[in-house]
Formats: sequence, structure tokens, C-alpha cells
Amino acid sequence: MLTFVVKRILSAVPVLIMVAIIVFLVLRLSPGDPALMIAGPSATEDQLQALRESMGLTKPLLQQLFLWIGQILSGDFGVSLISGKPVTELILDRFGPTLALSLSTIVLAVAVAIPLGVLAAWQQGKWIDRLVMAGSVLGFSVPVFIVGYILILIFARGLGWFPVQGYKPLSDGFGPFAVRLVLPSVALSFPYIALIARIVRTNVIEVMGEDYIRTARAKGLTEGGVLMDHALGNAAVPIVTIIGVSIAMLIGGVVVTESVFNIPGLGRLVLESVLARDYTVIQTVILLFSTIYVFINLAVDLLYGLFDPRIRY
Amino acid sequence: MLALGNPSTLVKATVLSLCLGSISFAAQAETTITAVMHAPLRAVDPVISTAYILRNYGYMVYDTLLARDSAGKPQPQMASWTVSDDGKTYTFTLRDGLKWHDGTPVKAEDAVASLKRWSQVDKTGQVMAKLLERYDITDDKTFVMTFKEPTGIALIALSKPSGVAPFMFPKAVAETPVGQPITSTIGSGPFKFVAADYKPGVGATFVKNTDYVPRSEPADGLSGGKVVKVDKVVWTTMPDPMTAMNALMSGEIDMVEQAPHDLLPLVDGNPDLQTIVFPKQVNQNLVRMNFTLPPFDNPKIRQAALLALDQQQMLDAQVGAGSKYGKVCASVFGCTGLYPSTYRADDIIKAHPAEAKALLKEAGYDGKPILLMHATDLASLAPQGPVIAQNLRDAGFNVDMVSMDWASVVARRANKQPVAEGGWNMFSTTNVGPDVGDPIGFIGVAAGGSSAWFGWPDVPEIETLRLDMAKASDPAKQKEIAEQIDHLVIDNGVMIPMGEFQQVMVASSKLKGEISAEAPVFWNVEKAK
Repeated sequence: MLTFVVKRILSAVPVLIMVAIIVFLVLRLSPGDPALMIAGPSATEDQLQALRESMGLTKPLLQQLFLWIGQILSGDFGVSLISGKPVTELILDRFGPTLALSLSTIVLAVAVAIPLGVLAAWQQGKWIDRLVMAGSVLGFSVPVFIVGYILILIFARGLGWFPVQGYKPLSDGFGPFAVRLVLPSVALSFPYIALIARIVRTNVIEVMGEDYIRTARAKGLTEGGVLMDHALGNAAVPIVTIIGVSIAMLIGGVVVTESVFNIPGLGRLVLESVLARDYTVIQTVILLFSTIYVFINLAVDLLYGLFDPRIRY
Repeated sequence: MLALGNPSTLVKATVLSLCLGSISFAAQAETTITAVMHAPLRAVDPVISTAYILRNYGYMVYDTLLARDSAGKPQPQMASWTVSDDGKTYTFTLRDGLKWHDGTPVKAEDAVASLKRWSQVDKTGQVMAKLLERYDITDDKTFVMTFKEPTGIALIALSKPSGVAPFMFPKAVAETPVGQPITSTIGSGPFKFVAADYKPGVGATFVKNTDYVPRSEPADGLSGGKVVKVDKVVWTTMPDPMTAMNALMSGEIDMVEQAPHDLLPLVDGNPDLQTIVFPKQVNQNLVRMNFTLPPFDNPKIRQAALLALDQQQMLDAQVGAGSKYGKVCASVFGCTGLYPSTYRADDIIKAHPAEAKALLKEAGYDGKPILLMHATDLASLAPQGPVIAQNLRDAGFNVDMVSMDWASVVARRANKQPVAEGGWNMFSTTNVGPDVGDPIGFIGVAAGGSSAWFGWPDVPEIETLRLDMAKASDPAKQKEIAEQIDHLVIDNGVMIPMGEFQQVMVASSKLKGEISAEAPVFWNVEKAK
């Protein structure tokens, strides 16, 4: 197992290097100039050139790339071209809100989706199944920002139960932290509930047709026991995969929710940095996202062994 | 003396002490204004950039030597001045009580160093530097600016309210090269920046500078006493305007600096909210053509474009049909400033597709597509491209509208190459009234060829007149020169004015005392409990 983990981590290194090179080149070859964005329209060419020099943008492209990779390897992610603040500090400031939103969303999604999926599978073809499936189509189809606005209208503006927007770190107290995460997490969980519930339903239905399920029933197990002890466990591998993918998608894809609920997370940082051509920040955040993807995939692979004893590394 | 043995007295004493306690608590409670500004603060050098959020930040943290009053007249702020009889020597004397946020006194050497840095960057400052012979520091509180010839530029430049305003920095900070953004936030202004709370792109906090000594005159425009009446101002960023409006209506924030026009009906009739328009913060739309590339290297084709465009259609797309916040305006220097003009108003305001077509034919337009850059990520610019494109098509132009984000427009508009190599023919943007109304500093009228703003118009008569304007000190003469520049700009198609629109601030009714000035400022603003 340890060998497997080490191998997987080592195999991730070339992937991350490729990601770093691609992101670097795509950014530098796309239109945009951070010096122009900072200096504004009145700047003379000399001033722009001086700004570019102070940002290290006048060096040959390959030299910039190697300098950047060298910096990363020494643990230095550089400073933002726009704000001048260390990139690590900017990312750390924004990582907490995104992590909190992503985790609360996935916990909510799993807690709702698995029972719904199992219920739909158990009641296959009946009205409950149809209701769950119709709900999942709705969850997929309605954009998150629409759900967000509706939740704000009802629960923040109408009933006044939750604030409209904002984020407070856990260090400010659990109450202020939690109350600001409820609406964004509910809004963001909709498509994931739909996705996970569908996968759970499909896989449980498939497993329910297996011989060992018939055997379990023949042994006199209750339907609940059959579902929970035999069906769900055997259907777990694809479910864990989809949950892992969902977490990865969440961390990189929360920008709309962060905007609607004014959560200062990584999604917004990426968007702002792209619009301002803040190369150092974009490069580092995308590298971080890639690393998270790699480690989530690794965690999912390791979890396979937990749910399916036949899988050994 | 209270007889505590009496139960009723004891109750009274308890109630009294609770009341006193609550009064004391109320007296100590902080008054904070939470404001959603039009853009996030991501940098802290208000000289190196023309971003308006940095100008606004500058007015919080820094101070200016002079400031314009509500009539646009320069007034003393940090300094008073005298002018020599020959109009060439200006002596500035700093007023008493000026201190940097670290407690050290503001000196004349700080002011001179700040002006030197600023005049390398700002268009008006650059003109001033050309006319200036030297600075002399007489003592800690006095410095002298000696010009090569009589001029009125010193007062115009030192009171410049917008674009890059001449803020004062400590000498050590002001000596930072202009190619290097400053990181210090030590100013001498009415608010102190709380560096520990600053999160670029997320929020910034300013606290009242208790050491600030305001002028004794009442606040008037950007001049007069900058009396701070709250303890703290928090600027927060909300990327979604709908969220900002919801937060305002829920009482979570106190104001939205620029509310989208389409969301204004949400606050109509709401007694808890007020809408405020600052006339001087008007925005001018303008269209810019590239003089160096065909077909707009042909003056007749530029005139055809001018005749093709329709201001009202543009304004309808931006602020809504029939909105009171949009206004047609033919004047190059804006209709709210000192130099309004109605020269060729009908040509500029209304579309004349038939005349434009005839002019295109006469000019021999070959039907080559016009590359129009269309910025899609800024609310005020996004509606412009499609309106311009359709107006031009109606007049017989072949238009290739390329949609992109503003950063791409900013990069591409600096490209002087042919269209096939990344160049361009036309783009549109907006500028604020205070910048537009300044014939010396307004980038839209500079016409010095390669040194001009993007589009690089080369009209030497305009440059001569701009320099004459800088030298003139008589308002009547300045007006006459401004009129001549206006006519030359229109006749040469240096830029096409496309109407004006007002941004609308929506604020809690608890806020009072907002100053009508060229920039949103927070001194004099009170917040009721």
C-alpha cells in the first residue's frame, strides 16, 4: 500500500510539471499586459517598460518559466503582480472560505443524496423513484445562481433567518461561521445531490439484481438489511468515485456561488486574477487545484480497497 | 446621597446605573460605514494608476495641497499660495498642524518630492513639468515653483481632482521610482488605512485619523474642512450587484457606490434607502478610431462614423430607455463642466445613415471590415459594442465586432500593428466628468500622434492650443481655447462623444452629509444610530 501511495505521488510530479508549463505558456501567450492594467492609459512607454521590468516580465519567456519553477521548488510562489502581496498569503486568505464551503456542501450533498438514491432504487418504478428522479433533473437543470437568489429571497430577505451574504472564519465563533454557510451550501449542493443520488440509484439497482442479494433475501434478511448491509456496500466503489470527483469539481468550481453569496474564496481569486492578468496568482492557484485533484484521486483509489476487499495495492 | 436600604431606591439606583452603563456603551460604540465600492481595491499606489478606486483610496488616506470647491475653483487645502506679479512664481505655504499618520510633521520637501513623482505620470503634471523651471524649498513649510513663462497651470494642476490627483506622500515614499508601485500606506489624510485588515480584492478598512486637523471652512466640493464623523469606513467588494442590493436592503451594508441602473426600481419608495447622484461624477461615453490604419486614416471616413452613430440608442442600452440618468451631449469636454459646447450637435447626437453612406462613397470606402473591440465584462461598456456595430452597419460600414474582456481591450488597443497582426480600428470606453472637463489633462483630446492616447491622432493645432491653455490664466481666454479645441476634435474625428450618464449611489437613509464632489468621499458623512 505504501509503495502504491509513493508511486502515485511520484507519478503526479510529471503531471503537475506539465500543468505548470501549460498554464504558464497559455497565460503568457494570451492577450493582456499586467503593466497596462496597473498603469492605466496615460502611462508612457518608458513607465510601462519600467513596470514590466520590476515585475520580471521583460526576461525571455523560457527564463521566466525556469525562474518560476525554481522559485516553486524552493517554496517561494512569488508576489502578486497587482497587489504586491505574497501569493501564498493571498491563497491562504482565500483557501479557508472555499474549503469550508466545499466541505459543507459535499457533506450536505452526501447526507441527502445517498438516502434518496437508495430510496429511489428500493422503490424503483414507483412514485417515490419518479419524484427523486424528477428532482434530480431539476437539480441538474436549474443554475446554482438561480437557486441562490431564490434562497436569499425566501430565507434572508423574507424570513430573515440568515444573512444575505458574507463569510466569517471559524475563529470568529461557530455560530457566525455556520449561519453564513447554510444558504450557499444548500444552493451549491443541488446539482451534487442530483448527481450522487442518480449514481447511487443506478448502482444499487444493478447490485440488487445480483445472486448474493437473492441469497441474502433467501436467508430471511429484512429488506433494510439487504439494502444497507449488502447492496450499498457493494455499490460503493462508483459512489466513492463520484463523491471524489464532486469534491474536486467543487473546489475549482465554486466561483458563481462565491460571487452570489459574497464569499471571498479561491474561485473569486482566480476570476479576479484572470481579469487583471495577475499571472503569478493564476499560475499558483491552478497548480494548487491540480495538486488537490491528484490527492483526491489518490484518496479515492485508497478508499476502493476499504469498500471492496478484492482491491489490494 | 442614596439610601441603599430602601428597596425602591435600590431599584432606581440599579436602573440608573444600567442606563448610565448603556449610555457609556453607546458613547463607546463604534460608528462604521460599510460601503460596496464600484471596484475592489487591489493596490495602494494612487499615483501609478488611473483606476478610480485608487483615486478614491487616495482621498481617504492622503491629502492634496489645493482642492477644488463646488464651483470648480482651486482653494487652499494643505497649503495656501501667493503668485508673483509676473505670473511666473508661485509660493506655497503649508498650514499648521499637518502630520503624517506616523506622527511626523509634513514638510515642504515631502510636497516637492510628491509633485515630482506625480508630474512624471499625470498628463496635466507632464504639461506642468514642461513649463516649470525649478522647485525651491525655502523652509520646512514653504516651497516655490518658478515657471519659464507666466502660467495658470500651477493652480489647475495642484488642484486636479480626478484621474491621478496630486496626493502628498512622505519624501521617502515619494522618491520611489514611478515604475515601482509604492506599498506604504502612510498619508496625512483624514483616514488611516488599517493595513492588517487589508485583503486585496476583498476589503479595506479605514479608521478616523484623530490627529487630523481639518480646515476651519465648511466642506465645499473637495475643498474646506474634512471633518470625519464616523469611526470607521469599511470598503467591501461584492462581485454580484444583486447581492449588494439585497445586502443593502437587509441592512447588512450602508451603501452601494454605483448601483446598476436596472436594479434601481428595487429601491423606489423604500423609506430606508436613498438614491444620490453626484453631478460632477458624470460619465462620458466616447468612441475612438485608429488614425494610423485604414479606413480611419481617411478623415472623411472618420466623419462618416461620426454621422453614423446615435447617442440616444447607446444611452438607452446602458441606462434604460427613458431613464433620467442618461443625457445626450455633443460637447467634447462634457455638458456639466466649464466648457460645454453645442458645436455640430445634431451630427454628433443623432444618426444620419444616409449622409454617412454618401460620405463613405465619396471617400472610396472599400468595404474592408472595421475591427471593433467590444469589452464584455464591464457593465457600462458591455452594451456599447452592439449599438455601435449596428449604427455603423446601417450606414454601410462592414463591421467585425470582436468581444473580449477589458484586460484584452487594454492590451490590444496599445498595439499599433495592422489588424491582421493584432491591431484594431475602433473601441469605445467611458471617462468621468472631472477628467473629461480638463482640456489639458483629458487623454481623449490629446493629439500628438505617437504620444497621444490609443488611436494616435496627429493634429498639431490641438497640441498648440492645449499648451496655450496651460499658459492661460484668464478664464475667458481658457474658455475660448477650449471651444477651439472642441471644434478641432470633432472636425478631425479625434474622438466621438456618445452621451453622458450618471452613476447612482444607493445608501441607507441613516447616512447624511454626503459631499457632492468629483470623487466619492467619506468625510462629513454622518451615520444615525
